[in-house]
Amino acid sequence: MDDLLQEFLTETNESLDLVDAELVKFERDPNNADILGNIFRLVHTIKGTSGFLGLVRLGSVAHAAETLMGRFRDGAPVKPDAVDLVMQSIDRVKGIIHDLETNDGVEGEGDDSDLIGALEEMAEKVLQPDPEPAPAAPEPVAVQAGADADDDLDELERLFRDTPVDPRPAPPAAPASASAPKKAESATPPRAESAPPKSSAAEPSAANPAAVKSPASRPAPGVPARAEAALASREAPAASGDDGAAASRGGPAQSIRVNVDTLEQLMTMVSELVLTRNQLLDLMRRHEESEFKVPLQRLSQVTAELQEAVMKTRMQPIGNAWQKLPRILRDLSRDLGKPIDLQMLGADTELDRQVLEMIKDPLTHMIRNSADHGLETPAERVKAGKREVGTIRLSAYHEGGHIIIEVSDDGRGLNTARIREKAVKNGLVSELEADKLSDAQVHAFIFHAGFSTADAVTSVSGRGVGMDVVRTNIEVIGGSVNVVSRPGQGSTFLIKIPLTLAIVSALIVESGNERFAIPQLAVVELVRVQKGSEHRIERFKDAPVLRLRDKLLPIIYLDQLLGIGSPENVNAGVARDSFVVVMQVGNRAFGIGVDNVLHTEEIVIKPVSSILRHVSMFSGTTILGDGSVIMIIDPNSMAQAMAVSLTSGAAHEEAQKAVASKGGQSMSLIVFRAGSAEPKAVPLSLVTRLEVFDAERIERVTGHDLVQYRGSLMPLVYFDESSRNNGQKERPLLVFTDHGRAIGFVVDEIVDIVDEEFTIEFGSGGPGIVGTAVVRGKATEILDIGHFLPSNFAAITTQRAAAGAERPRLLLVDDSAFFRNMLAPVLGAAGYDVTLCAGVSEAYSHLDAGARFDVVVSDIDMPDVDGFTFVEQLRSNPDTAEWPVVALSGLGTPEAIERGRQAGFTDYIAKFDKAGLLAALDEFTASRNGVVS
Amino acid sequence: MSTQLATLRDDAQIQFVTVRIAGQLFGLPIWAVHDVFVPQRITPVPLAPAEIDGVLNLRGRIVTAVNMRRRLGFPLRDADEVEIAVGVDYLGETYGLLVDEVGEVLTLDKSRLTTKPPNLDPRWSAMTDGVFSLDAELMAVLDVEVVLANIKEEASA
Repeated sequence: MDDLLQEFLTETNESLDLVDAELVKFERDPNNADILGNIFRLVHTIKGTSGFLGLVRLGSVAHAAETLMGRFRDGAPVKPDAVDLVMQSIDRVKGIIHDLETNDGVEGEGDDSDLIGALEEMAEKVLQPDPEPAPAAPEPVAVQAGADADDDLDELERLFRDTPVDPRPAPPAAPASASAPKKAESATPPRAESAPPKSSAAEPSAANPAAVKSPASRPAPGVPARAEAALASREAPAASGDDGAAASRGGPAQSIRVNVDTLEQLMTMVSELVLTRNQLLDLMRRHEESEFKVPLQRLSQVTAELQEAVMKTRMQPIGNAWQKLPRILRDLSRDLGKPIDLQMLGADTELDRQVLEMIKDPLTHMIRNSADHGLETPAERVKAGKREVGTIRLSAYHEGGHIIIEVSDDGRGLNTARIREKAVKNGLVSELEADKLSDAQVHAFIFHAGFSTADAVTSVSGRGVGMDVVRTNIEVIGGSVNVVSRPGQGSTFLIKIPLTLAIVSALIVESGNERFAIPQLAVVELVRVQKGSEHRIERFKDAPVLRLRDKLLPIIYLDQLLGIGSPENVNAGVARDSFVVVMQVGNRAFGIGVDNVLHTEEIVIKPVSSILRHVSMFSGTTILGDGSVIMIIDPNSMAQAMAVSLTSGAAHEEAQKAVASKGGQSMSLIVFRAGSAEPKAVPLSLVTRLEVFDAERIERVTGHDLVQYRGSLMPLVYFDESSRNNGQKERPLLVFTDHGRAIGFVVDEIVDIVDEEFTIEFGSGGPGIVGTAVVRGKATEILDIGHFLPSNFAAITTQRAAAGAERPRLLLVDDSAFFRNMLAPVLGAAGYDVTLCAGVSEAYSHLDAGARFDVVVSDIDMPDVDGFTFVEQLRSNPDTAEWPVVALSGLGTPEAIERGRQAGFTDYIAKFDKAGLLAALDEFTASRNGVVS
Repeated sequence: MSTQLATLRDDAQIQFVTVRIAGQLFGLPIWAVHDVFVPQRITPVPLAPAEIDGVLNLRGRIVTAVNMRRRLGFPLRDADEVEIAVGVDYLGETYGLLVDEVGEVLTLDKSRLTTKPPNLDPRWSAMTDGVFSLDAELMAVLDVEVVLANIKEEASA
């Protein structure tokens, strides 16, 4: 049967159940406009849809009933006989629906003119102010409100046959439908309710509840009359007995609607059951000889089956979301005058039901767009040497825990020039920038709100509310949409949606002492990497790679990517023993280095909470058989991380070149060892003093180390635990001071103080490490000293805050990432709310967005726009003219300082004069605080 | 102030679940709390905000554990100290607020709720709805929504 028809039948059966309930109320309260409105709408829907599906009989019955009810709605008095007639029509509708179900979508033979005639006549009659009992009206006895339902029907049928004015003496088409209005209230399941015919044998019992509910029931007519009625109803299938009922139950009952919450709940309970089962099995393993063994195995199996079945309930083929598309496209094709061939591939790809509902509308939108904008007119196509019939192709497939849906057409492709023009016009991008954008970047603008390049707004599309809505809808469910377009050859939209709740076979791996799940779909193979084994990881420049069958596979270590690597593993570098999970995501192959591969397990993906959603490395969480929660790795994000690490490598080189061209950064560094043998360094300018203490003088108080220093207690911090307990008798330490408070950073050994040019590679280390640099020919880690101080220096922050003021907002503009990284923690610890910018244009993006600052600190020597220009611009804008702006420069010459003052800088401070900077900032913000408090 | 609390009449009685974090007494409106449990096997989430200790399984639901000591800027507890979690719902998701101790449920008149002292740490100020001056000590009323919403904002910023 046509899926559309099937859906209609399911829906109509549902509405009929509702109508039944409503009719009961209507009968009691015929002048209630709300109830009438409800019934009217339901009948109207049936009428509309049956017209659409070409169901003539159904349509005409519904139409006649609708007309009558329309009269009531317009205020005609409702008479019991009319109510009865409406009920009759509903029963007739049910009969036809039943035929449709049993006859595979074909309306049964039958003549409804009697009913329609009666309905029309009634519609006429109710219009007359003082209706006389028309001959067409059934006898009063038949229409007694509150009468026993079954009897009503029997009576009705008899009346129909007997009523002389009946236009044709044809027997009524309505089957002896036992599901009279009354019984909608009875406890039988709704589906059975809509099964029209019931054997007369079943009637007495079925009628009982109804009779109980309607005390006004009059004595039932004799059994013979009923039998007669049943016989007379020609429409009732021959198997109107148990067979028919059973068949009808088995038919539409195949698809019932269940609230998703119910399924969700089922799912949770099954998960619990599985966990309990696993615990039992675990117990059983320890008690081999137990009489529970056999039943437990059975329980285990049933549980597994149950789990599978419940999981299946949520999954539906994507084809369900496509059902209506051919029809829509057919209509579009006619409206637009474009012959279109719709191809659908992968309709059986399954995805979560909820997701499916969510993508229906976006898909329809996109298909409309493709037909309207994408495809050319037949004439244009022929001119372009293409087939006259345009093709729109829909395909769906799984890719690593996601579903990819492609909507492609072979039309003209996106008009890049027009989009560019429009983007500039809409102010999305400046003309200058627009020229620099690649075609792909330009194409992405079509997903912006209010963007349409269609020449004319058609009824189909072109109102500019299309693609941004599509994008929003898809992003709501955690998906993404992209477009690839080639001029003259067509466009392809790629929608990627996660399977939010899906059963996935996953590989459970161990990395950094934690377990993670990797969806097996993306896994190609596993390779064991050991010292001296056939496979080993090598470093190619900095990138770890694995030689695998003549190919170089890039490797990314999971623990390093997630920042949970142990120092030994990090130090061991590529020499560590590991497993490589070879992944294939799209056309990218790469390896994930993990410490161990444990087993595979069927897992249910549960979404992570919204607080964690920005951590893109994980696609969700799952509960393992042993009840523990583990994170599921998102292969796509891994692939992206891999791509980023490659491009950022390239960026590094550029940055290095840029620095080299500027002559590099010269700076004094203090080099020391702490925790491990590798040298570490901090800029000397940050250090107040170097001291050496006897280890015995260090006092441990509630987990914190302190030392008496210049008459007060100075807190001590260490690089790591191993450095804290290294057993040395003498401990050198670097003393940092801030606002008169001193803090000691204890190291193992101070190596040297160097003053040289170097370049820093950022982000290569763990927490607390700004980057690495080659100092005196050795790779040296540059520490972010702020990382080691916060808990101690936070007190300062709190003090400032407690004084009743907000943290002053500070804008720091410096093209050197090193200085930004160096100063940010220092300024943050000093109580400023710091915003970092790598250049003036970035600073303006904050200012334009409405950000306001209490003080600005800017470098002078910057590419593009220098500090002098920046401060002049700030001074010329009334909003920012009064802000204190501090220049920060390596050029400390009097001329430069003078130039700075002229340009409008409030103060001019040498780059390494941290104390001077803080003092100046304090001064400028103190006045503000005074005003505020 | 959380809307639910604000809409209550002044003479309304509010029940608070009291919790202790680093010695300080806090109150959570009872409607915000649906569970109190001992967290077991918290799985850390790499790259997550520092306040998130990890995720755990509470009867088949995934619960995100929030370290309230860290959230409120207290020193972290020692490894051997017990902790207990208060289960709250936020945006349809379940979170476990890790606290040191869960105490009795107090019923207090809303009229006794005093505004926050202006010199309160702004972080705290945002997360509290007000203060009750109890006989023995002060009880800050935690606004669970703000506690959680801010983590999200800070994380995605």
